[in-house]
This record gives sequence, C-alpha cells and structure tokens, in this order.
Amino acid sequence: MSTASGHLEGVPAAEVEDVELYHPHSWVTKYVFSQDAKIIGIQYALTATAIGFVALVLSWLMRIHLGFPGTFDFITPAEYYQFITMHGMIMVVYLLTALFLGGFGNYLIPLMVGARDMVFPWVNMLSYWIYLVAVLVLIASFFAPGGPTGAGWTLYPPQAILSGTPGGQDWGIILMLLSLMLFIIGFTMGGLNYVVTVLQARTRGMTLMRMPLTVWGIFTATVMALLAFPALFVSCVMMMLDRLLGTSFFMPALVVMGERLSHEGGSPLLWQHLFWFFGHPEVYIVALPAFGIVSDLISVHARRNIFGYRMMVWAIVIIGALSFVVWAHHMYVSGMNPYFGFFFATTTLIIAVPTAIKVYNWLLTLWRGDIHLTTPMLFALAFIVTFVNGGLTGLFLGNVVVDVPLSDTMFVVAHFHMVMGVAPIFVVFGAIYHWYPKITGRMLDEAMGKLHFWVSFAGAYLIFFPMHYIGLLGVPRRYHEIGEMAFVPPSAHTLNAFISVMALIVGAAQIVFLFNLAWSLRRGKPAGGNPWNAASLEWQTPETPPPHGNWGREMPVVYRWAYDYSVPGAPQDFIPQNQPPAKAAE
Amino acid sequence: MQSIAQGHRSAEMRRPDGIEGFVSDWSSDQRAFKNVSWGKAMMWIFLLSDTFIFGCFLLSYMTVRISTTVPWPNPSEVFALEVFGTHLPLILIAIMTFVLITSSGTMAMAVNCGYRRDRRNTAILLVVTAILGASFVGMQAFEWTKLIHEGVRPWGNPWGAEQFGSAFFMITGFHGTHVTIGVIFLLIVARKVWRGDYDTGRPGFFTSRKGRYEIVEITGLYWHFVDLVWVFIFALFYLW
Repeated sequence: MSTASGHLEGVPAAEVEDVELYHPHSWVTKYVFSQDAKIIGIQYALTATAIGFVALVLSWLMRIHLGFPGTFDFITPAEYYQFITMHGMIMVVYLLTALFLGGFGNYLIPLMVGARDMVFPWVNMLSYWIYLVAVLVLIASFFAPGGPTGAGWTLYPPQAILSGTPGGQDWGIILMLLSLMLFIIGFTMGGLNYVVTVLQARTRGMTLMRMPLTVWGIFTATVMALLAFPALFVSCVMMMLDRLLGTSFFMPALVVMGERLSHEGGSPLLWQHLFWFFGHPEVYIVALPAFGIVSDLISVHARRNIFGYRMMVWAIVIIGALSFVVWAHHMYVSGMNPYFGFFFATTTLIIAVPTAIKVYNWLLTLWRGDIHLTTPMLFALAFIVTFVNGGLTGLFLGNVVVDVPLSDTMFVVAHFHMVMGVAPIFVVFGAIYHWYPKITGRMLDEAMGKLHFWVSFAGAYLIFFPMHYIGLLGVPRRYHEIGEMAFVPPSAHTLNAFISVMALIVGAAQIVFLFNLAWSLRRGKPAGGNPWNAASLEWQTPETPPPHGNWGREMPVVYRWAYDYSVPGAPQDFIPQNQPPAKAAE
Repeated sequence: MQSIAQGHRSAEMRRPDGIEGFVSDWSSDQRAFKNVSWGKAMMWIFLLSDTFIFGCFLLSYMTVRISTTVPWPNPSEVFALEVFGTHLPLILIAIMTFVLITSSGTMAMAVNCGYRRDRRNTAILLVVTAILGASFVGMQAFEWTKLIHEGVRPWGNPWGAEQFGSAFFMITGFHGTHVTIGVIFLLIVARKVWRGDYDTGRPGFFTSRKGRYEIVEITGLYWHFVDLVWVFIFALFYLW
C-alpha cells in the first residue's frame, strides 16, 4: 500500500485539494461547538428527536380528545388547532427533514464517500446552531401570549393571520414564520456542504455510480431542498409583511365581524402555490433519503447486491425532478382550470412509475436472498409494506375526481401518515438500529428492538388502516369534535376510540426505544468495527467510533461499488469497497 | 495545527471535450467538476438557490399585480425626477443601473488582477467596486426616502394598487440587502488582499482555512449575480 498521494495501479491519482482539518483543543470545541460532521450529525439527531417527542405528545392529546369526546374537555377547540398545527410542522420540517439531512446526512456522507469531513466544517457548525435557534423560537411560541399558531400546518392565508385563528393576531404566527425562516437559512448552510462534499470531495476510486444509495438519496433530497425551500422562505417573508406591516400579498378585501379590514387585492392562492411548490418536493425530501437508506439496509441484511443499482439511482433522480411539477395536486379543492387539474393529475401518476420500479427492485433484491430478520431489516421490510400501502391511496388522491370528495376527510390523514409519516419514521428507526454500532461502538439490544418494532408496526396499521375507512365514511379531518352526524354510524365512533388507544400504545413503545438508546450506550454488546459484515465504506474505518478525520493517516481507496455481497468465489460473503482486486480474488 | 495533505493535483489529465468530456467528468471519481474548488462550487450552488428566491419574489410580484383590482401606478412617472426643470422619467434608476453594471466591470478587472497576483491593483479595484456598490445603495436609500415623502407605504400609496408599494419595498429591499452584504464582503476581501493574506496563506479568523486569491473570484461570482438580478428587477418592475 502506498501513501494517499502515491501511485496505485488502476486508480486515478489524487486530485482533491489539500485539507486542513480544524483540530479542537477543548471539550467545548470538541463536543459542543464542534466542527466535526459526525458530532454535528448527532447534535442534529438529538435535537430533532427531542422536538419530535413534543410532537408525539401533541398527537396523543389530539387522539384522546377525538377518541373520547366529552371526556377531555380541557382541550379547547383553539388548543386542538394549535396541536394539529404544531404536530404537523414539527414532524415534517423539524423532525424528519432535520433528521434525514442534518442527522444522517452529516454523519454518513463524509464516511460513505470517503472524506475526512464536510467541505466547510465551520459553516456546517453554524448550520446546526441556527437550526437549534429555530427550534427554540418554535418552542417559545408555546409560551407566547395567545399560544402557538393554530392555522394548520399549511398556514393558509387569509385565516392564518386573522383574529379568529389562534395565534393569528398574537405572537404564534410571527414566531412560526420566524422559526421557519431561520430553519431555511440554517438548512441552506448545511445543504451546500452536503452537495459540495458529494460532488467534489469523494475519495480516490469513489465514482458517483459507486456511492451507496443512501448517499444518492440524501444528495438528491438536498439539491431539491435547496431549490424548494426558497419558495417557503419567500412566502414566509410575505406573510410576515402582511401580518406586521399590513401589506396585502395574500390578503383579499375582507370583512371580519362586520368590519372591513384594510387589506385589499392580494391573492390567497399565491400562498398555496408557493407553499406547495415547497411542500410537495418536501414530501420527497423526506422520502428519498428513506428510499436510499432502505436500499442499503435490505441489501446488507439480505446479503445480496441491490437489484438494478443504476435504475435505482435514476429513479431517485427522476422522482426528484418530477416532484417539482406536481404541486397543485394539493390544491384540487382550491379550484383550478380543468386542464391544469388534468396536467397535475397526469404528472402525479407518472411519479408512480419510478417509485414502482424502486419497490420492484427492493423485492427482487430480497428474492432468494439470505434474509437476516434483524431489527433494522424488520423496519426496512415494514417500510416497504407501509410505503406501498400509502402509495396506493396516493394513486386515488392524485385523481381530481376522487380527491375532491375525499380531500377533507380522514382518508387523506391516513394516506399521508402512512406514506410520509410511518414509512420514513420506520426507516429512521431501522437506520438507527443499523448505524448505532458505528456511532457508539455498541449494539442496540435486539430483544427491546424487536418489541419496539412489533408494537410500532402492528400499532401503526391498527391506527391508520381503520382511519381510511372512517375517511371513506366522510368523517372530516381537522374537526375538533365530530359530534352527531347522520352519516357517521356509531361504529365509526368505536373505531375512533380504538385508534386513540392504539396511538397511546404505539407512543409508549417509543419509550422502550429511547430507553434502549440510553441503556445500550453503556451496557450494549460491543459491536466491533463491522458487525453486519457490510461492504460500504463507513464500516471500514480504522477505528470505531470513527475519530475526528475519520480515516487516520491514509485515505481509503475504493475499487468497487458498495454492494458486493455473496460474490461467487469470494472468501467471505462480502467484499469491502476498499478491498483491492488482487486481494479480493485470493 | 496538523495539516493532512491529500496530495496535489498531479499532471493535468487529458480529458475529452464537449458532451463526452462532461460524461467522463461526471463518471470519474473524486470530483464531478474538475478543477473547480470547493468554495467556487459552493458559491455556484448557493447562487442557484438564491435564483429561486428572487424568482419567487418576482413571480409573486407579478401575481399580485394581476390579482389586484385597482390600477397599477405608472412606474416611469413614479420614478421620474425634475432635474434643472427638465422632467426625466426613470433617470435615477438609469444612473443606478449604470453604476451597478460599471461595478461589475471593475469587479471583473479585480479578478483578473488577482490571478496575476497584482496585490495592489486587486485591492484598489475591489475598493472601487465596493464604493460603486455603496453608492448604488445610497441612491436606493434616496429613492426610498423620496417615495416615502410622497406617501408611498407598504400598505398603500396615493396613485393606485397598494401592492405597488409592498412589492417595491420588499424586492428592492431584499436586493439592496444583497448589495450591502456584497459591499461588506468586498471590503473584507480587499483588506485581506491589501494585507497580503492570500500571498502568505494566513488562516481565516473563523474557519482557520488558508485564504487564496480565488476568494476574489468567488466574491466576484456573488457580485455579478447581484448585478444580474438587478437587471431582471429593472426590466420587470421599472420598465413594465
């Protein structure tokens, strides 16, 4: 083996510029104001988990109120709307986006592409701290006069900033918008890092088409986020001006309580277009990293190379591109030219093609594989099932004529929770069980993991499957109380109570998970460097957990893709990416 | 500080041109854009993202201009000045545009001098660019003051649709902020050039990375972008 800059047969010469790693000297610069992408990733993940737990508790409060009307009357209608809004916003933006891109992106990208760190560690550090401020501003709105905003997570004007909406004329909406703007600024700093690291800081031999699909998913999602978040940023600026300065970007002429407001001539639909131009890509910003990670989990734990790797990469890229031209399918009920409805329905259904290709490829990877039903694998399999389930109802809702009657029912709630709530969260869990040994050097407890899995998986189905049925009956979403309606049979009320009980149980199962995380940190089984016998680069670090700089003296050199499992004739059932060809053939 | 060198770019590889070159670069290892530094790549991607910001601002402006039911004030009259008794429509905007485009010229010259390691001229040209940028912001402040005195507010104006004032203050304000940030960065870079930081490789205060003359070009990318955005604002807001 020669030095990193030296000549190796069949490997291009090193061309990446000199890196000067920042070397921390104190505990504070090492673990608090850290510039190490791995520490930043963990900070992102812990913050996101903490705020996600708040959102989980909010969902309990909503569920007990919906399930047992009249029993929990301390939850007022205003509070119910506030819970809905904050639950949605936190889960989508502050938990899933931050966890997949800020958490897994930071931890895995440099390790998987063979870099020492992100390209701009200082900017990366700033990204986390701005994200933390955004989260704190969001939390502050719970304690502000009037409480957080209750405008629904889509914050539609004009109601979002009117006095009838909780937080509309108080602090709630202002803090929400401020927090979102901060999040976007912080994310942009991180996002530029992820993209440039993938494009320009790979190690020798690491071509784009040798990257694990995890990196492809996170990379594509980050590019999308850099193009989609501007729309949200701009709409937040304009709504802030509407609210604070009395401009009328989104506000038409209005009469409130018999009094004519000073607003005039704005376009509420403009917000919807901007919001969903962000909001739809956002779905895939969450889904694409999940697609990528799940591909790797399935391949490792089924000991098979991923089926159709190139197809998988192109499917990710095509889904990313298509998701920018489907946004108005969230606006069918807002009314639009029928030709537009036709256009957006068509593009929406076209996305099903690359998505279906991915699902088939996952199944074909499993086909005749040596499947190890470890906890990460179970979560990966659960992802496929729940994602297909949510995807199929997506085909219903993508059609204008089906969407219009279903749009404001629980059917939609069931759909999006299945497809972008439960499914990506399962991938998060699977990924944590999978990479926890690399991060801490210890395995998570399998027994607790299995318990966590089965309760979560079965529970998720018991919560969201009946919800489709309730939605088809016409039970509306976003209602504080359903009350007595002629078309809602008593069975629907029983089901509602059942769903609520299940939600509490599934929520409680997450405490097992949190306990497992803490318990295994000290008492988990020592993992060694590569407990899953995985081929990708992050498992080949000289030390586990990898220290600052990741690779010690010598940068790894990559000779193959990340999926050489069960190669005929090879001594082991996997060949690490950095194994030279001569050695692999021995 | 321990420095971990990953080795220099070895002898220039011969690469095919055109589409073939593009494909071979993207299918190669290490980097997709050959000979593009990390900093430059990051600036280009940031500018792409920023393009979407200004694109959304301008599209929103056009949307509210359509959605409002009240007539839109005539910009060439609103932005007219009386100079020595002569009524000159858009004169100030014309001067502002001229100044900003001139500053792009001096910026380009600064980049050129930077690559010739001409420390003195690089610094001078950067300062000239910053002065031109600052005078642009100054003229914008004058324009704002004048309009505010005439009664234009974000929530209303004497001549017609209130969205005129909202869009005007928001878009020019956002662009002016970009110019101001650019001026600050130009001055910081000019100081570093003048002090010889890029010749000695003195590490940055925050990042502790060595500075290089390429920083001048990266700042230039941002500056030209801000200039280009102004052309679109000029065309879509003032001329329409």
